[in-house]
Amino acid sequence: MSSDSSSWARALVHISPYTFSAIGIAVSIGVSVLGAAWGIFITGSSLIGAAIKAPRITSKNLISVIFCEAVAIYGVIVAIILQTKLESVPTSQMYAPESLRAGYAIFASGLIVGFANLVCGVCVGIIGSSCALSDAQNSSLFVKILVIEIFGSALGLFGVIVGIIMSSQATWPAKA
Amino acid sequence: MYGWEMLSFNIHDGFLEAIVRGNRSGLLTAADYNNLCQCETLDDIKMHLTATEYGPYLQNEPSPLHTTTIVEKCTLKLVDEYKHMLCQATEPLSTFLQYITYGHMIDNVVLIVTGTLHERDVNELLEKCHPLGMFDSIASLAVAQNMRELYRLVLVDTPLAPYFSECITSEDLDDMNIEIMRNTLYKAYLEDFYKFCQKLGGATAEIMCDLLSFEADRRAVNITINSIGTELTRDDRRKLYSNFGLLYPYGHEELAVCEDVDQVRGAMEKYPPYQSIFSRISYGESQMLDKAFYEEEVKRLCLSFEQQFHYAVFFAYIRLCEQEIRNLMWISECVAQNQKSRVHDSVVFIF
Repeated sequence: MSSDSSSWARALVHISPYTFSAIGIAVSIGVSVLGAAWGIFITGSSLIGAAIKAPRITSKNLISVIFCEAVAIYGVIVAIILQTKLESVPTSQMYAPESLRAGYAIFASGLIVGFANLVCGVCVGIIGSSCALSDAQNSSLFVKILVIEIFGSALGLFGVIVGIIMSSQATWPAKA
Repeated sequence: MYGWEMLSFNIHDGFLEAIVRGNRSGLLTAADYNNLCQCETLDDIKMHLTATEYGPYLQNEPSPLHTTTIVEKCTLKLVDEYKHMLCQATEPLSTFLQYITYGHMIDNVVLIVTGTLHERDVNELLEKCHPLGMFDSIASLAVAQNMRELYRLVLVDTPLAPYFSECITSEDLDDMNIEIMRNTLYKAYLEDFYKFCQKLGGATAEIMCDLLSFEADRRAVNITINSIGTELTRDDRRKLYSNFGLLYPYGHEELAVCEDVDQVRGAMEKYPPYQSIFSRISYGESQMLDKAFYEEEVKRLCLSFEQQFHYAVFFAYIRLCEQEIRNLMWISECVAQNQKSRVHDSVVFIF
């Protein structure tokens, strides 16, 4: 711990770990949904326009929208997992190192999942838009571009895996 | 910032971009042109065209057909698609789409003024105007006697008003002055469009500025070749060249002093993109130059579709439609006049 009576390090460790946890949970769901929505509007507007001249593409290209939606679902799942990790600790223990550690773990887990899903959603959305436009011109391109989308949606999955691993070790101090 | 437009382009313009790409797939292919070139009569042409995207526009035409009817109906299809896009567009795409038609407006103004000079009837001239370039009060152009009146009565309310500051004189309109007026207006229009595209930035700026530079250079070459042997002085000729493009400023210096086509060729061969155009036509021949320029233009327009999330696809689509209408007009004229051996002289395949 810092020894000065006022310093940034001291200010940071006096923020309640519950603040950090709550912000982590909020970011996890909020920013994931932002990414999913961004991806859906990018791909949806191109899909609607391209389907006017080529109506056959609509049912297949909804897969792109589903991949974007999956990103939001990852965010929801991780938010639910994170909030089950929250426990009450007595006031005397609230600024103990294990409490702070648990708070930071939940915060970081939320950030990881939120921002990984944000970029994943945008990525899948942009590829989905190009996929719809190419499929309208030449239907043999659809499956090939879908492979690119699958790689893109794996990015969100990486974020979820690391987020869950981080949060699984968020143990609050036992009530002494 | 170049590269980040993919994040926000689709908010306003994604739908229209997808529509214009769908329309592009309806352009005639080489197979269609081969079928059309083998037609014996205009009715055969109509039959082939009803199987394409032009079907709804041509199928109710009674025979006997004229070539002008075919061209008119095909232009109508282009105008319908353009208006459909324009009414759904928001800024800045709507301004961009309007800029595309100012060239036709200039042509219409010049057509009416020339026709009035030669004492033609206004209604007859209005029918010959290009529908994309119409504006209200176009009919009152027939009343003007000189450029100042032209501006004051009619043009000050149109989008062409800012382009007139360079060419308002009190001289009376005659054939020579009208051509100079047309070229001066077009020069101002191209420069304005270029600045607008640069302001838009991103991929639009890059691709459009390349397309507009080619247009400016092509016009410079055409002005040079058309003014060889006329009484246009070198300074006047230089004033008609746009101040952007690959040829600016050194190519313009050379072109301004050219006195025949071979000197033009010598000046242009120093620029690699244009060298390939001039190598396709042999010495002393300038009829094929038009076709060579059209081919190069079509190649560049098709390349603009390779990138997504920019406005140049709209410009490219309208230009490609115009090229297609030119092709159809040439094919119809050759078939109507029984000169099918010359059909391939001027048809530029798009795909």
